[in-house]
Amino acid sequence: MPSSGYDAACLPDLLPLYYRRLFPFAQYHRWLNYGGVQKNYFQNREFSFTLKDDIYVRYQSFSTQTELEKEMLKMNPYKIDVGAIYSHRPNQHNTVKSGTFQALEKELVFDIDMTDYDDVRSCCSAAEICSKCWTLMTIAVHILDRALRDDFGFQHLLWVYSGRRGVHCWVCDEAARKLSVAARSAVAEYLSLVKGGDETVKKVVLTDPLHPFIRESLAVVERYFPQYALHEQEILSRKESVDKVLALVPEDILFLFQCCIYEGNKACSRASRWKLAVIRSLCLQATAKKGQHFEKEIMLQYCYPRLDVNVSKGVNHLLKSPFSVHPKTGRISVPMDLEELDTFDPLAVPTISLICEELDRPRAAGGGEESEDVKEKENEKDAAERRKIRDYKRTSLAKYVKYFDQFLDGLALSWKGELLKKSDLEKDF
Amino acid sequence: MQFSGRRRKVITSPQVELYGQALQFYGQPPLENMSLSEFESFAVDRLKLLKTIENLGVSYVKLSDDYKRKLDNESRNLNFPYRPDAVPDDRKSQVGPSEYEKRRKDHISHFILRLAYCQTEDLRRWFIQQEVDLFRYRFNGLQPKQKVEFLHKNNLQYDTISVEEKKTLQDKLVNSSHNVSGITVEDQDFYKVPFQDALDLVRTRKVYLKAGYVYIPHQDIVAIVLNDFRTRLSKALALTARSLPAVHSDERLQPLLNHLSHAYVGQDYSIQKNVGKISLEQIDSLSVKSFPLCMRQLHQALRDSHHLRHGGRMQYGLFLKGIGLSLEQALQFWRSEFIRGKVDADKFDKAYAYGIRHMFGKEGKRADYTPYSCMKVILSNLPSQGDHHGCPFRHSDPELLKQKLQFYKVSPSGISQILELVKGMHYQLACQKYFELTHSIEEASFSLNHPNQYFIESQRVLGGGKDIKREVGTPQRSQENSAARGSTADREAAAAANAAKDLPEMTEDLDSFFQDA
Repeated sequence: MPSSGYDAACLPDLLPLYYRRLFPFAQYHRWLNYGGVQKNYFQNREFSFTLKDDIYVRYQSFSTQTELEKEMLKMNPYKIDVGAIYSHRPNQHNTVKSGTFQALEKELVFDIDMTDYDDVRSCCSAAEICSKCWTLMTIAVHILDRALRDDFGFQHLLWVYSGRRGVHCWVCDEAARKLSVAARSAVAEYLSLVKGGDETVKKVVLTDPLHPFIRESLAVVERYFPQYALHEQEILSRKESVDKVLALVPEDILFLFQCCIYEGNKACSRASRWKLAVIRSLCLQATAKKGQHFEKEIMLQYCYPRLDVNVSKGVNHLLKSPFSVHPKTGRISVPMDLEELDTFDPLAVPTISLICEELDRPRAAGGGEESEDVKEKENEKDAAERRKIRDYKRTSLAKYVKYFDQFLDGLALSWKGELLKKSDLEKDF
Repeated sequence: MQFSGRRRKVITSPQVELYGQALQFYGQPPLENMSLSEFESFAVDRLKLLKTIENLGVSYVKLSDDYKRKLDNESRNLNFPYRPDAVPDDRKSQVGPSEYEKRRKDHISHFILRLAYCQTEDLRRWFIQQEVDLFRYRFNGLQPKQKVEFLHKNNLQYDTISVEEKKTLQDKLVNSSHNVSGITVEDQDFYKVPFQDALDLVRTRKVYLKAGYVYIPHQDIVAIVLNDFRTRLSKALALTARSLPAVHSDERLQPLLNHLSHAYVGQDYSIQKNVGKISLEQIDSLSVKSFPLCMRQLHQALRDSHHLRHGGRMQYGLFLKGIGLSLEQALQFWRSEFIRGKVDADKFDKAYAYGIRHMFGKEGKRADYTPYSCMKVILSNLPSQGDHHGCPFRHSDPELLKQKLQFYKVSPSGISQILELVKGMHYQLACQKYFELTHSIEEASFSLNHPNQYFIESQRVLGGGKDIKREVGTPQRSQENSAARGSTADREAAAAANAAKDLPEMTEDLDSFFQDA
């Protein structure tokens, strides 16, 4: 689906339209309010806005959904970030005695950015992405989603496309929101396998025994490796890329490995050449202890998710909000349905220009909608609300909001129990 | 705590109860009276012990034989408990203080240092780290039976898993940890512990994790205990900080507590003595002659790509502040370099200038950040793809490090000496060796623990000793100025000049002890 030519210069005109008629405020508030189980949860949440001309304002907070809507319409933010829930209303933090204003809770978040993979992707670099390297994100989501659910027991994960070159994960479980800095850092490090900067050549080192987490992650990587690395990225096809791979192979089998890669150029498929090289080298190595996982280390170095630990560590860290617009690409940061993860195409995500344009299209010939029109004449406010709901449903944004609704339904089950408990306690008195 | 001038006799029976266990969580503060001199000597001794622990932790693998032996010695010399199986009122078999007296000293000194180290995030972090290491070493020395006793006495009740569940999970349990074999699974109880209570094991992936619980064999329960200790101590320090004003109102205590907390850091290079003495043109040549390898690398990366990521900007930017760059110079320096890259002047002013002013304490909470010490560079904020910060001796591939040293014209024999030290994890010694080789001196007269220290020492060697005079001439700032953390001029002047008369003799010893470290 082609996106309308997006021009950043149109943002000042598109944003008001987006916020007035498309941004899903009801769902957004439903999320951040978390059922109202904890007092002032929404009111004490910090938001930050980036306004026109890169003016950045922090410590924004709102008492109600209506106030949030009003302010956003007034300020017209180009970017919206969500921060922590504080001990007091963030917009009053200056009135609080120094030292007592503290970040208390926040979702556990992860940020995977494509630029962190620049040393292992050949198709793009920096801010560019394409369908070939997007597989890296697919792999990352599969691996992290599994680990956060199966290993850590989290259930309410919201994966969001960042709008340009990566994905974010918001872990919304109550236990996750209450995690300390040390705990967040520990989770992030558990999930990290690729270590080292430009000065480190071999970034993944595995030792026996292989932890079940590594085994599970490898299973995912192995599924994608032949197609992604050997075919699309062609890591064995050009000399510079082959050299990079060879730099990760232990010295004692390097020669054999090299020969296997270069021979059979015409006859074998790339996947077979790789397999052959690996098997022969491992046989040679059968008795050696060191470097026996080299092929796994190579696959992981090329494919395993690279997280920025600092993003996940801080309770007060601000992260781009779902449904925020990315000013450079115009794309909306949409939630991702994991059932359709393998077919997710970041370049097909609707831009703000597209959905605003879709709003202007004449109403689809649908008799059903007309009769609804007639029925809902009474309450002005309700009608405006319903109009807005119908509005986004007419655009490409619809399916993403629907998915967000499903996510929220699941989340709501968890706080229903809490609310019952609370009301029971109150009745006892 | 009440303090009297004279030592009062201590009641034995309830105290024997109190010190019945070799190891404790320090849940209850001491409730006795003691003399001021004992107060001071206890505190100073414990600080020496913690300092030793810090140094040993960098030079040796924790709990290795060398580490334990050295720590045993130090504990013995300072009259702290070191043999967990000694009985409290056994006074006959030992010369010197009894086990009971050692445990009492341990208990009291811990609480005194809490007062000194609760005030800032940095102090707390340091204190907690050393106390956790001390605890680990002591818990490790307990017999298995004593460990179980300890767990029960301290309310660490965790559930064990059934035999069936153990069988089902056997392979996964064995593969999750070096220590766990098939036999371990069969013989030992496995505890199911919420992952938040076992962070150290989770962080290093040394344990099996399922649905938010870690499965720990009885033998490994120490990690849990440590986590618990750390959490309790952290909370306690936060509480202590709130009652500090009351403590500080006691004039006898305030000077000592301030001096104790300044002493740990050693020089922090936060007070710039040479502001404006370095010109921007000098930096390229200085980076070759007088910068430690980590900063030389960062400077080179900056010149090459006209950019540095956040970690690199912090580490290098603060270092430059420490060597004497003013805020204006820093802004000019970074701006001119970034402009050569992809950043235009406007973007620099919007996005990066703020960060630099922040470093100099002109933005946000106006904290004047101190340049990173070697410990901080080595241990925190690991570099990842695209980063150039960190310690090259620690974070670079040995091959790449070797090439770099060759490129910098270090002799082959020098390089192999350095690589040997790196292999033994003696990163600071490796850097010191690099210093010796690049300055053509036999042996460095200092013990390297800070990049800015490297710079100052280098300038000293190259300039023939001119710097020394400037430092000693700085007037002494006494303990009235307790808000300032610029202990540099403080300590040196105190040691060199005759200001020591104002401080009790004890603290003068403290100074010289830490200068030698």
